[in-house]
Amino acid sequence: MSFKDKLLSSYIALEDYLEFDSPLHDVRNNAIKIFEEKGFPTKKEEAWKYTSLNSLLKPDYSVYSNKERNVELKNVRKYFLHEIDTYKLVFVDGVYNSFLSETTHDSLDVCLMSSALNKSKYKPVIEAYFNKVAKSDSLTALNTAFTKEGAYIHIPAHKEVEKPIEIINFSTGNEAAMFLQPRNLIVVGENAHVQIIERHQSLSSNEVLTNSVTEIFAEKRAYVDYYKIQNDEATASLIDNTYISQERDTVCRVHTFAFGGNLVRNNLNFYQKGEHCDSTLKGITILEGKQHVDHNTLVHHIAPNCESHQDYKGLFAESSIGVFNGKIIVEKDAQKTDAFQQNNNILIDDKATINAKPQLEIFADDVKCSHGCTIGQFDEDALFYLRSRGIGLKESRALLMYAFANTVLESVKIPELKVRINKLIANKIGVSLGFEL
Amino acid sequence: MLKIKDLYAGLEGKDILQGINLEVKAGEVHAIMGPNGSGKSTLASVVAGKEEYEVSRGYITFENQDISELDPEERAHKGIFLSFQYPVEIPGVSVTNFIKTAINETRKAKGKEDMPASEMLKMIKEKADMLEIDRKFLSRSLNEGFSGGEKKRNEIFQMAMLEPKLAILDETDSGLDIDALKVVANGVNKLKSKDNAVLVITHYQRLLDYIVPDFVHVLMNGKIVKSGTKELAYELEEKGYDWIKEELV
Repeated sequence: MSFKDKLLSSYIALEDYLEFDSPLHDVRNNAIKIFEEKGFPTKKEEAWKYTSLNSLLKPDYSVYSNKERNVELKNVRKYFLHEIDTYKLVFVDGVYNSFLSETTHDSLDVCLMSSALNKSKYKPVIEAYFNKVAKSDSLTALNTAFTKEGAYIHIPAHKEVEKPIEIINFSTGNEAAMFLQPRNLIVVGENAHVQIIERHQSLSSNEVLTNSVTEIFAEKRAYVDYYKIQNDEATASLIDNTYISQERDTVCRVHTFAFGGNLVRNNLNFYQKGEHCDSTLKGITILEGKQHVDHNTLVHHIAPNCESHQDYKGLFAESSIGVFNGKIIVEKDAQKTDAFQQNNNILIDDKATINAKPQLEIFADDVKCSHGCTIGQFDEDALFYLRSRGIGLKESRALLMYAFANTVLESVKIPELKVRINKLIANKIGVSLGFEL
Repeated sequence: MLKIKDLYAGLEGKDILQGINLEVKAGEVHAIMGPNGSGKSTLASVVAGKEEYEVSRGYITFENQDISELDPEERAHKGIFLSFQYPVEIPGVSVTNFIKTAINETRKAKGKEDMPASEMLKMIKEKADMLEIDRKFLSRSLNEGFSGGEKKRNEIFQMAMLEPKLAILDETDSGLDIDALKVVANGVNKLKSKDNAVLVITHYQRLLDYIVPDFVHVLMNGKIVKSGTKELAYELEEKGYDWIKEELV
């Protein structure tokens, strides 16, 4: 049985447990129909030209895990931002883990998608927001059909959340191969502020495929600062589908740090629905071996007087493959748009590949749009400068990589997270210098 | 200390240096002057070990050891320092962190422990004061957004911290106003001792008023065509380089 067929029959089994009269049931049914029709995307589709899911669809994945999952804090503590106090939503093999989590209902909701779906008091929010910004492509639809668990975060108007919220999805490897589909809904009320860190972490070398969907709604004047840390095992793959809906005067920032995993596809979509929105999409990608990371971004400028800033830096070693496909659409009414996109790549070894494709579709006539894309190697003059000061070749390269990635790193607003990422980078490029990278 | 013997070197099989002979002894200051394109910066880069240059003939020894095949960092560990004409910007790495790394990497190469933090701080403070460098400057990203003068001052600061045996100053005077020039020259003079040497590469005589050379060499078309004392520098300032060309003919 193909994985697609397996999923379709799992859905029929799932339906028995579903809320039949809820409007959500129709949403699910529509979604599974879309998936059934379209199936998994193939390289024939323009948006998937450089990334093939074929090898990922071969293992016999468990869609639900019924096995015992015991995760001890001491073994996973390092994956949390433990230097500071945070709210935590922790899922193990797709199931909520209350022991590792720290939720709240005190003036804001940091809790579970499963309770939001089942309890009547959340019904208005679910009806107003669930699946309202997510696209109906096959992978998002697949997630929608199976929506069961994930983060539910609702920040009421004018609330400035005092500490970051961490969303962490662990997989234990109890199943030979695991398919996970977390579904997150984040609603940030008027003038509310929130910082969120998301991480997917496999705890074994068994295969994991995650198809995650996150919907974020920023009501007017809201501020959302979101960090994705992708530093997973070489047997873990991730398809991340994130949709951000921005009302007027909002600031939304997403930083993606792609250092690990087997195959990662980031579908990051911003929709600017009101005036004076500010969107930031930044990323650092450092790959080696046969890793493959595909950043597929969309900034849809619908309203006038908005800005968007994209800055993606990539370093590709050995036979790793990077893809950057950045699309900016400026609608006819989106006058005075200021859209900027930058994508710089360094190929460290001859076998590494980068496919970079900026796409600008501009229908308004009074806009400022610019993009720059570079693919290069290390600057020999810069290397010579560092080496002439007594710094070895490897360390000199590391310093240059760090300098190269710095424009992305400097806008990380959580100092402890920045230190963490510095360490991950130093680790990734295999150096230890006299100061903390 | 430094001996260059019949050195031919260049890029892509084309020699820019065409038979250089030069000896610099401890305690001496040498100046290399010459018109644009004469090979001055090439000479500096070749001595410091820039890899894209190929030595096709001759050799370079430093303290009686052939260094022609050494990596730039290995030459630095032996005590060769090059002050760059165009220092490179390294965003995100502060001047302090950079110099700490350079010093400790050099110590590591010599099998020594890292310099204790307190000693490092004391040294940084002392050398920064000597070069009239503001403390805030030290926490800025290396060379990023620095003015021409700041870059050169920073080069000399690195030199002061690394305490090289041979310092090569490549066009250190370019981009400096007279006050900055004095501060930089003053720094170099304070670091001067009977055990180290300085090789000043310059187009103009101006810097040599402040860093007084024992010997002046004129480089033309990749060769040292004339050597003399500091008076030669004045003569060049006054008459330009054409008379030497005529003399050669």
